[in-house]
Amino acid sequence: MKVLLVGATRGMGRSLARLMAERGDRLFLLGRDPDSLEATAADLIARGAPSPVGTALCDLEQSSGFESALDAAWLALEGVDVVVVTAGLFGTQEALEADAEFRQKVLAVDFANTIELCEQVRPRMLADEGGTLCVFSSVAGDRARKKVVLYGAAKAGLSRYLEGLDLTCREDGLRTVLIKPGFVRTDMTAELDEPPFAAGPDEAARAALRAIDRGTPVAYVPPVWGLVMLIIRWLPTWVLRRTNF
Amino acid sequence: MMVQGGGRPLTGWGRYPVVVARHRRSEDLEAVTRGATLSRGLGRSYGDASLPGSSDGMVAVTTAADRLRWFDAERGVVRAEAGVSLATLNRLFWHRGWSVPSSPGTQQVTLGGMVAADVHGKSHHTEGCFGEHVRALRMRVADERILEVSEENEPDLFRATLGGMGLTGHLLEVEFHLRPAPSGWVLAESQGYGDLESTVDALRSAGPEWPHTLAWLDLLARGRAFGRGVVERGRRAEPGEAPARPPAPRFPPPIPFSLPLISGTTMRLANIARYWSRRRHRRGIVHPDAFFYPLDVVGWVNRLYPRAGFTQYQAVLPTGAGVEGCRELLDIMVRRGAVPLLCVLKDFGGEGKGMLSFPKAGLSIAVDLPITERTQGAVDAMNDFVAGAGGRVYLAKDTLTRAEHFRAMEPRLPAWEAVRRQWDPETRIRSALSVRLFGDAT
Repeated sequence: MKVLLVGATRGMGRSLARLMAERGDRLFLLGRDPDSLEATAADLIARGAPSPVGTALCDLEQSSGFESALDAAWLALEGVDVVVVTAGLFGTQEALEADAEFRQKVLAVDFANTIELCEQVRPRMLADEGGTLCVFSSVAGDRARKKVVLYGAAKAGLSRYLEGLDLTCREDGLRTVLIKPGFVRTDMTAELDEPPFAAGPDEAARAALRAIDRGTPVAYVPPVWGLVMLIIRWLPTWVLRRTNF
Repeated sequence: MMVQGGGRPLTGWGRYPVVVARHRRSEDLEAVTRGATLSRGLGRSYGDASLPGSSDGMVAVTTAADRLRWFDAERGVVRAEAGVSLATLNRLFWHRGWSVPSSPGTQQVTLGGMVAADVHGKSHHTEGCFGEHVRALRMRVADERILEVSEENEPDLFRATLGGMGLTGHLLEVEFHLRPAPSGWVLAESQGYGDLESTVDALRSAGPEWPHTLAWLDLLARGRAFGRGVVERGRRAEPGEAPARPPAPRFPPPIPFSLPLISGTTMRLANIARYWSRRRHRRGIVHPDAFFYPLDVVGWVNRLYPRAGFTQYQAVLPTGAGVEGCRELLDIMVRRGAVPLLCVLKDFGGEGKGMLSFPKAGLSIAVDLPITERTQGAVDAMNDFVAGAGGRVYLAKDTLTRAEHFRAMEPRLPAWEAVRRQWDPETRIRSALSVRLFGDAT
């Protein structure tokens, strides 16, 4: 399998890339820090990925760079079977309310620019007779909650887009896999209080890889979060109004 | 970065003592160790080695920093960040024909922890400690500088760090040799012996023939049967005798909550069952996890231990002390009212290059003891005996040893302390263990 990963230097993307490396998939990495990209590529090769693991700079804040980054990946891998987007930004509700610049950045990265990246991947994969586009959204997009109003809104929009893309393009061979991680212990969530059912990034990545291999349109990782969100989606509004989670 | 502002209860593997501590974890080990007073990996040391020395200390948890830097398949050398676990290394390298030397009895340890405790295993009589296979370390020392340390570069610091319990600096990266392994599988033999003498004899005579040996003793049996045991010996299987496919990695189911089933009574039954089931000679190809890591069959096995916590008393008695020394130590333990749940014997090869490393030529005795009001007295009495016999205790297991006993056992301590003072004059890096044994301020 030939896989392009956006955001594999950290967190769940790192774990997922390692699982792919161990089974010998050919990998190409996009990211915004050259040192991290290089260290991640070396790690993946040491874990069994076929050498070389190519890298190119790509920052989700700068949509103008997407085309050349995707060109580099398509050229190096001679076509791509799977694109995985785990990159994204997180901010607590307080931080996002307090800082307009940060707020605009998070909303742009998690919603508009991630969608723009997918829109540029779509024609490439359709021209290649299809493939799998796997994007990490969040359970925060499933239901509005006080702690994730802004972040959740961006992820809700992203989730709806990905659902729609799958409706449109699956017949033509482009399978969209929407991953909704629950609380996963990574550097991104390090400052938050840990809720029940928190999982490690490796566990989440194993579930995500199963979804990619099967082409599951929507997958909660780890799967127990499907149940948790089912309950949260059915909570009456007055409960969400009175509680603070 | 995880910053636990007010602190959370933190313990070692024995769940005693409990310390409220601030700790943080990040993939960025350089960032997370900056200003930290101690590093902690998977927390498998039994007592207080991975707990901070003072309540305002900041513990850097390394487990998310687990990148391999490179693997040289020609020479069998790996360099990796300190947070990578032995379980990961085994999964990555067994099927490629390499094994990590000097593996301890659990694979749920980090590379940094393996260096800090200078771990040993069933192969000590052939491979020595893990430190013998370490080529270089990347460390953050107390003044925040980051250094490359090896036999060539700052050799004193290098040797003080092997077995130095993380007190000479934060480990960032470890470069070490792998050992060729003809297959992932293990050819193992086991056989029971009816008393302590014959068990020890069998353990010793297996050494020259077998690279991995260990004896397990039933100390809950009474009378003549006290100290009866099973000797386990093994070697890597040759490709011809093992299944062609590599052993599949196992993901043990974790015990989700505290379930204190282990007690004197249940362990008495377990020991009897184990002795009678293994009494006859058995030989066969086994999964490496079953041979090397029997206690990893479930995750968090420490949740089965009594709620008050437990410790492991592991001491080495020099060869001269003989079986008699071993018997006397065990007698003291039982007389003083300790309940020896599980006992493991290992004959050690020589002393390694780590300045404070535990092993030296002789017989090592490791016993799991629940924490009761009598445990401290038993440990004191055993330590009197061990110090007098020229032995010493293993800091990675220790919870209750007193400073004066450790000093009496460890003539190498002043030299190690001198190196530590040179690199960390204010003892900025310290643990609850160093407060207890080396007189650091809290």
